[in-house]
Amino acid sequence: MPLVRLRGVALRHPAARDAFALRDVGLDVEPGEVVAVIGPSGAGKTTLLHGMALALRPTAGELGLFGQSPWPRPPRALRSRLFLAPQVPPLPPRQRVVTAVLAGRLPHEGLGTSLRSLFWPRAPAAAADALARFELADKLYERVDRLSGGERQRVGLARALVALAHGSELLLVDEPLSALDPTRAAQAIDSLLDAAREHRATLVCTLHQVEVALARFERIVGLRHGQVAFDLPAAQVDDARLRHLYADHEDELFGPAPAPDSQPVPDAPPAARTMTCR
Amino acid sequence: MNAVAPPPPHPSARDPAVWRRVGVVLVGAVLLWPLLVWTEFRPWLLADPQSLRVTGRFLGEFFPPRLDAEFLRLMALETWRTVAIATAGLSLAFVIAVPLALLSTARLSVSALPGRMRPLPFALRQCARGVAIALRSVPELVWALVFVRVVGLGPTSGVIAIGIAYGGMLGKVYAEILESADPAPTQALLRNGASRLQAFFYGALPQSSTELVSYTVYRWECAIRSSVVLGFVGAGGLGQQLDTAAKMFAGGEVATILVIFMLLVAAADRLSAWLRKELG
Repeated sequence: MPLVRLRGVALRHPAARDAFALRDVGLDVEPGEVVAVIGPSGAGKTTLLHGMALALRPTAGELGLFGQSPWPRPPRALRSRLFLAPQVPPLPPRQRVVTAVLAGRLPHEGLGTSLRSLFWPRAPAAAADALARFELADKLYERVDRLSGGERQRVGLARALVALAHGSELLLVDEPLSALDPTRAAQAIDSLLDAAREHRATLVCTLHQVEVALARFERIVGLRHGQVAFDLPAAQVDDARLRHLYADHEDELFGPAPAPDSQPVPDAPPAARTMTCR
Repeated sequence: MNAVAPPPPHPSARDPAVWRRVGVVLVGAVLLWPLLVWTEFRPWLLADPQSLRVTGRFLGEFFPPRLDAEFLRLMALETWRTVAIATAGLSLAFVIAVPLALLSTARLSVSALPGRMRPLPFALRQCARGVAIALRSVPELVWALVFVRVVGLGPTSGVIAIGIAYGGMLGKVYAEILESADPAPTQALLRNGASRLQAFFYGALPQSSTELVSYTVYRWECAIRSSVVLGFVGAGGLGQQLDTAAKMFAGGEVATILVIFMLLVAAADRLSAWLRKELG
């Protein structure tokens, strides 16, 4: 039985009135799979992840998670089995790194334990261990607002590892490398994949770095204009498919990733696109 | 695209919002004028020689302030009582406000995560808001008049009055401070299955703690001033002394009491600044 099951799913952002970010998406993710979702900006990668994370309710189609049908009222027990790591790490600026990382454990512990941990961090070694995988062990007791953008992003990923170690089974990671240089990016993605395999967890990861996706992931889902363009093993994704996927967006295929964006950008109408010529 | 395409128009240097802004200011001024007329707002009357003489005589009575040891000892005791009324009242207000704020803030809504809040949680939040409105719309002076009848003259009625009225104010403002912070940290925790209280302590509180503390200290300062007014209806403390002194035309005593108030407010101000720096 698939862990995630999408059939004819349509999703739209609450802010956008009529533009569908995703239309008629069908996708199965089996337990233990590691999947990379690629595609140009505005293809709906983040929206797809938000749909799987129960952050957005499909307007059409059916969504199954862990063999259950979560909507209209996703139970907390179901939410605690998945972990969504947004592209912009959602860390309060004045919080210390150790607290921010251990927050990944909240769904798996009681209120009393988590309150005690605020005063006397419980098992800071767990946080230090997760941070060490991203070369941030020395930042354990720093405050989040003293960190650079790349360091914050890796703290966000360390929180995901803590969640994984404490029982989250489905890890949904949005653009984990957008603020990292290539060396750190390679190390970060390896840490994520190692942790997922170690805990037999399922990992779905959106990526702008196509070559990283092809080199490290077994299965690649290509999104274009809110629909699945292809869903193939990495070895079968050839140049022609990529060129088609990124048609009108070749700069993204070969160039650096665009700046992090908290909101997924809806597809711009074609008329607007031609006006960007300089 | 091609050579014959016209160059893109340059955006105008003028801010397109400027006329709207001018319009809002003009409309505001036009609306304010009749209000000033209706309230007989004529500040130049203050500069009239007759009024100046009255003001001068009144202020002249303030000197010299009364500073003998016996009076100061009494004042120290009453100051302590005033601070105690304000602090106890604010503690009671805090106990009332925290549940109200947690119930009414939309930040901790699980049903609002995918977009819109569901009707039942929405109704519950509106109820909590309504309770806060009811508590704070009755001024603490009126609450004190009620409780002076129930529990008799003395500080208790002042404490309860401040507690109830300020509970409503704190509850409203706490909820709004929480809602003005970045929603992402709290939402992320709720989405991943944390409970509302966990999301509050790990997501919302670290962002808003300095604002919450400084507003609470400011309210403590307000409670000190408010306990003065409550003293006039018999709730004890410096206010009652001020009432007596004013009725006996003892200008020197009034002056001393007013200076004590200024010192108290200044102390609250320093405390707030220090706390903000420590928590910042």
